[in-house]
Amino acid sequence: MAAPKKGRSASSQSKPGRSLALILIAIVALTGGMFLSGHTTPRLGIDLAGGTSITLTAKNEPGQPNAINKTNMDTAVEIMNRRVNGLGVSEAEVQTQGRDNIIVNIPKGTNSEQAQKQVGTTAKLYFRPVLALEAQGVAPTPSPTPSTSTSGSPSPSASATGDKATSSSSGSPSPSVSATSQGRPVTDALKADATPTPSGKPSAAASTPAPATPAPDPATAALQAKYTALDCTKKAVRAVTGDGVQPGDPTVACGKDSQGQWQKFILGPAEVDGTEVKKAQAVFDTQGAAGWQVTMDFTSKGSKQFGEVTGRLAQNQPPQNEFGIVLDGEVVSNPFVNTAITGGSAQISGSFDQTEAQDLANMLSYGALPLTFQESSVTTVTAALGGEQLHAGLIAGAIGLALVVIYLVVYYRGLSTIAIASLLVSAALTYVIMALLGPAIGFALNLPAVCGAIVAIGITADSFIVFFERIRDEIREGRSLRPAVERAWPRARRTILVSDFVSFLAAAVLFIVTVGKVQGFAFTLGLTTLLDVVVVFFFTKPLMTILARKKFFAEGHRWSGLDPQRLGAQPPLRRTRRASAPVDMKEA
Amino acid sequence: MSKLGTLGARLHRGEIGYDFVGKRFIWYGISILITITAILGLSVRGLNMGIEFQGGAVFTTGKTSTSVSQAETFAEKASGHDAIVQKLGKGGLRIQISDIDTKKSGDIKKALARDLNVDAEKINADLVGPSWGDQVASKAWQGLAIFMVLVVIYLAIAFEWRMAVAALVALIHDITITVGIYALVGFEVTPGTVIGLLTILGYSLYDTVVVFDSLKEQTKDITKQTRWTYSEIADRSINGTLVRSINTTVVALLPVAALLFIGGGVLGAGMLNDISLSLFVGLAAGAYSSIFIATPLVADLKEREPQMKALRKRVLAKRAQGDAPAPQVSDEQPYDEDDDAAPAVVGPRNQPASRNRGRGRPSGKRR
Repeated sequence: MAAPKKGRSASSQSKPGRSLALILIAIVALTGGMFLSGHTTPRLGIDLAGGTSITLTAKNEPGQPNAINKTNMDTAVEIMNRRVNGLGVSEAEVQTQGRDNIIVNIPKGTNSEQAQKQVGTTAKLYFRPVLALEAQGVAPTPSPTPSTSTSGSPSPSASATGDKATSSSSGSPSPSVSATSQGRPVTDALKADATPTPSGKPSAAASTPAPATPAPDPATAALQAKYTALDCTKKAVRAVTGDGVQPGDPTVACGKDSQGQWQKFILGPAEVDGTEVKKAQAVFDTQGAAGWQVTMDFTSKGSKQFGEVTGRLAQNQPPQNEFGIVLDGEVVSNPFVNTAITGGSAQISGSFDQTEAQDLANMLSYGALPLTFQESSVTTVTAALGGEQLHAGLIAGAIGLALVVIYLVVYYRGLSTIAIASLLVSAALTYVIMALLGPAIGFALNLPAVCGAIVAIGITADSFIVFFERIRDEIREGRSLRPAVERAWPRARRTILVSDFVSFLAAAVLFIVTVGKVQGFAFTLGLTTLLDVVVVFFFTKPLMTILARKKFFAEGHRWSGLDPQRLGAQPPLRRTRRASAPVDMKEA
Repeated sequence: MSKLGTLGARLHRGEIGYDFVGKRFIWYGISILITITAILGLSVRGLNMGIEFQGGAVFTTGKTSTSVSQAETFAEKASGHDAIVQKLGKGGLRIQISDIDTKKSGDIKKALARDLNVDAEKINADLVGPSWGDQVASKAWQGLAIFMVLVVIYLAIAFEWRMAVAALVALIHDITITVGIYALVGFEVTPGTVIGLLTILGYSLYDTVVVFDSLKEQTKDITKQTRWTYSEIADRSINGTLVRSINTTVVALLPVAALLFIGGGVLGAGMLNDISLSLFVGLAAGAYSSIFIATPLVADLKEREPQMKALRKRVLAKRAQGDAPAPQVSDEQPYDEDDDAAPAVVGPRNQPASRNRGRGRPSGKRR
């Protein structure tokens, strides 16, 4: 290191080789890490890879000003995640963004329309009385004409409903098993349950008293037909069963019994809304032998409704003493009741294991999305267009880079080699870091992010220009190159830091306050700004220091971009030679 | 380059130069005119808000043989709303239908696929609820406000409050001009535009910061000399960094221009195009404002300071003695330690006693 030691501060000034080595080692290490991690390309966003991206915005409900909070949003994300991935969608992402947005990204090759339906609807949890149920695989015995006879011959494969709902205050409930009768005529069941619905939506079955003459009610007949045709063992069928059902209408639904067998139900109108469940928990029964059970606490309105419905159900014959807990159109549990549960809290006991109990508790607590969402935007991009956009972005980047390089070469000649090398180092670092950030923080490169990276070429090159112009100014003052570089650097450094800080501030503010695509743009802008500082400090400056010793630059070769004569340096008192001491010793 | 190089040198030495500060009122006037035009354009014509801000759907198809008018008929039949159809570069169509519900879009897409005889899977759909655009826009304004506050605080710390104010004025000016141009030309405003506009924030300040930095350095010991007024030094700062400003702007514009060209020429309308268009306009405005508005404004503000007034008096008094050179034709650094081998200047050099001689400052002049 031949640089004079006087007045040097940073080691990068006296030991350019060291920081060069440092940054090159860093690049090699990062690149090695990239290859080791197996993610050699940045993850692509939906708009570049193809797929569907849905943005949902939580709606402010009147009267619930604080409903949109982190807990509720996280819950909603969890539920949506379950739903989307329940479709067999692989790699779907659900994440919150900003205060009240949830973004669902569904990669190409999955049924996005179905996913959109699933995600966009507010999940609803209802308690509905069971009117009839039947294990699947048993041939249903439809009764086309209403009859009052019960054709209840329990078939061997008929499942037993193992869950039981009891009042929490009733000590330790014993798990009991109720046999379910099969194939009970629906019409009767519907008649038996003609109660006004709490939701206030009059439904055909409920609002009109069932005719005394057993004339088939068209709605009932339709329901019966639907029930007959329902095949719960088919996933595609299950996925659409609950679509478009109003809470006030009776419906058919699928569910699993405790053995995991599918069974189908006819359910009455919703009696209690899932939002009336204040809290649900999975608890282990330490006193009795009930094992895992789920406790529910209702709101005051909910307790009243629940007391009413259980009181009514308790007098019915199985399976009509059961209520179905319906989430998103599927029965997640159908406990039976034998007394009215009025205390505002209830227990569901059965042959749960811990996870089952916890799942059920979760569904009860959060089964219904805690918030109402509206679709703010849905973007579907075909893989072809995604590829095209990526391609265009890359071409634009290449052209932009080439233009900048040409401009630098024309204007700065020899100096431009330093700028170009720095730009390449920046580009390499940016690429590697983006590739690594994919698995690390789930960063996905989208089109605006590509834009940000391209725009950043200019920002990065600007730093070199500031530095070079400073050097030239010093040379114009009549200095020889090495002192010129050392004098120019501190001043250029300050300018670069201040302006990069402002750029970074803009990017950071954008990243924090904005939503959607803007974030990707802000992210790359911020990243490249940071990298710009790193590269200028640890690469450009040391390289310049080293090259300043080379004859080509130091003597101001006419192609070096540092020719004092071309720069119009004032004829110095002495013609500068490399060997000669600079004029102003006290400066160097 | 040689011409540019020598130009740079002469600018650096102050042999030539444009009297930015002296002629500032011309540029203020021009800027005010532009701003008024922009505001008028905004109020009269308004902005052409893209579909993202109204709610609706944009379908983009691959290559299809259907004509634009046919496609319009199909789209209107399928949706029951007015549709705007554009032909894209590669034979595809871009169909915009306003205010339809996102729920219905699936059916419309299917109907379109059937009518246009393309695979439904090959149609891109972009559906936006009516409140989404508002949300994007309001977040953008929020970001803008936060950024402005932060930047003013930062610049006030890094430089001084006057420079912060001037930078802010320049920034608002850039944004107004950009928005005004959008209103007058009728470019469509999309979220991409908003992104571009927000990026201008950081970028427009880049040049301003470069000039301010040089200005700050040059005026460090300004009161200890009587050769120049603040405005004159400000002028020299602008002229000295002119080449830098031009270069940084050109280099920043080149990639954006590439984006614009690719975005417009290859992809048809789209995100790339929107971002780069607003960036292009904003960057150009930013370069202009940093040179013609921000620095003269700082000089204006500074000249109101009592000590600067006093300096001006002293300088003018000295000049009145008739032995001062014309301010633009000196090749000597005004305040700086004149350790460089400057040739003798015209006229006697009346140096204040406190020249920086012998301070032995290391080359890394720290703040």
